Amino acid sequence: MTQLVWNGLFVGSFYALVALGYSMVYGIIKLLNFAHGDLYMLGAFSGFAVLSALGGVSAAMTLPVLLAVLLLTMVSTGLAGVVLERVAYRPLRGAPRLSLLITAVGASFAIEYGMRAVSGPDPRVYPVRLSGTTLEVFGARLTLQQLVLIGVAVVLMVGLNLLVTKTREGRAMRAIALDPSTSSLMGIDVNAVISRTFFLGSALAGAAGVMAGAYYGKIDFLMGFLIGLKAFTAAVIGGIGNIPGTMLGGLVLGLLESFGTYWLGGEWRDVFAFGVLILFLTVRPTGLLGERVTERV
Amino acid sequence: MNQTKAPEAPRKIGAKQPQTRLSKLFDNRWVGLAGLLIALLVPFVNATDYTMSIMTTAAIFVMLASGLNIVVGFTGLLDLGYAAFFAVGAYTSGILSTRFDLPLVATVPAVIVVTVIAGVIIGAPTLRLRSDYLAIVTLGFGEIIRITANNLPITGGPSGIYGIPGLTDGPVSLYFVTVLIVAIAVIGASRLGRSRLGRAMRFVREDEDAAEATGVHTYRVKLAAYIAGAVWGGLAGVLFAGQVSAISPNSFTFLYSATVLMAVVLGGMGSVPGVVLGAIIISLLPELLRDAADYRFFIFGVLLIIVMIVRPQGLWPARSREALK
Repeated sequence: MTQLVWNGLFVGSFYALVALGYSMVYGIIKLLNFAHGDLYMLGAFSGFAVLSALGGVSAAMTLPVLLAVLLLTMVSTGLAGVVLERVAYRPLRGAPRLSLLITAVGASFAIEYGMRAVSGPDPRVYPVRLSGTTLEVFGARLTLQQLVLIGVAVVLMVGLNLLVTKTREGRAMRAIALDPSTSSLMGIDVNAVISRTFFLGSALAGAAGVMAGAYYGKIDFLMGFLIGLKAFTAAVIGGIGNIPGTMLGGLVLGLLESFGTYWLGGEWRDVFAFGVLILFLTVRPTGLLGERVTERV
Repeated sequence: MNQTKAPEAPRKIGAKQPQTRLSKLFDNRWVGLAGLLIALLVPFVNATDYTMSIMTTAAIFVMLASGLNIVVGFTGLLDLGYAAFFAVGAYTSGILSTRFDLPLVATVPAVIVVTVIAGVIIGAPTLRLRSDYLAIVTLGFGEIIRITANNLPITGGPSGIYGIPGLTDGPVSLYFVTVLIVAIAVIGASRLGRSRLGRAMRFVREDEDAAEATGVHTYRVKLAAYIAGAVWGGLAGVLFAGQVSAISPNSFTFLYSATVLMAVVLGGMGSVPGVVLGAIIISLLPELLRDAADYRFFIFGVLLIIVMIVRPQGLWPARSREALK
């Protein structure tokens, strides 16, 4: 029981990290960035490349090295997100929403199969494994590294929330989310802020990618597809565009999945998650913490 | 410091353009008939099993694309799980024909009923929401159908269903039958697009609020479009089951849905001849470019972005009849 809760929270924190980027981008320019899950994959691979270049890492140094790699990956994935926005999405600002969505699907394909062309179709084994001493907490087995990963995830999420609610940059983001053209009249460089939003969201996804690689031990070019869907589900559960809501949604989805797997069996896990998504969209489309959005003409 | 551009006029997908001599030629109604004739003449030129097989596959693909065009092109709803309806059709006819020893044709009414139900189940809750939610939900639905087919005993699990009776005896006669059915489906889609309902669909695509304000029941129109798309996909599934005689969950992945979408976008959303052209290109291109197989989906992805940025109306754009008068 406690084990199920723990597993749920752990997986849920990954979902939350990825979902945050989704939610931020959606909140600010109302674009569902389909390629977001693929930025997570990109993060896992760029972490893999750095770790492989380093060669062997001794067991004692695993954690510090991993944190350094995490930072490096966040920068590179963030930049990839900025390039993606510049190349694929910016030319279409003002175009019908359908065009943007289709472009996002195209971007997702291009990243996935571009990575396949670069690194081959076979899964790669992550050079760093997190397998250490297990602790017993309330009857659940968890490793020190799991705790550290969760800690990192929490720090990232809290930092992001502070950035959005307390800083000048965050205020600019919220202003654009409300009304881009008025924001630009108030002297906000809309394009630059959107670029930086993409940077942040993608960096979080990249961090989650490295963490997932180190935790599951295996990465492949399609790993982002499913997590992108799950992250969207998490964002919808919590209330898309709402940052604390999205974090909550990630954790809730992780817990639901953990219990759903226990009751229904692992092969139905994804069906269960999407069933929850459809249920939520039917019953409470604004999510747990989302406010009511009315469409303006 | 901060230069703001004048807001660009929103680009419409079926933008109007002045007619040229070439486009007049393409607008001619005989073009469709000529295309059908060419398709029917292929077996007299080359009737090897291989040619017949890829041509039949291409014809089924054309049917799928014309069905998806009703949803994406006419109504402007992005469906990313279209392969689900294809799967529902193929599995329904496969299960019924193998369990009860029915000929494939006899399963068609059941297939229509089941796909309509599937369309309502997925469309009814989501079509009230913003259109971009629909995209993800349909994507999730596509995965649900595939995973379900993979896990249930009645669908044969990962190995699927085999021994499905064919529609006809030989590959050549199968090809003729397929082409004729597909032609009827394409004409049907085209007629639907020009009907009162089709006009309502395009109105919903261009401006949902204005449509609602002028008395179009947008929810009902969207649901109708969605169900029509589902039925087209399901019937294409029957053709597919008859062609390959063995179906498994692997035939109905997200990749397949995205490939159909690619055909619609490349050909021209909302344009029936364009979509047919797009489907033929997308299904025959991999046969011609076998060496580039590894890059196929990479090229697809890049092509999607380029088409949307450079030519959102597609290769053979839709032209509204009302505007020409």
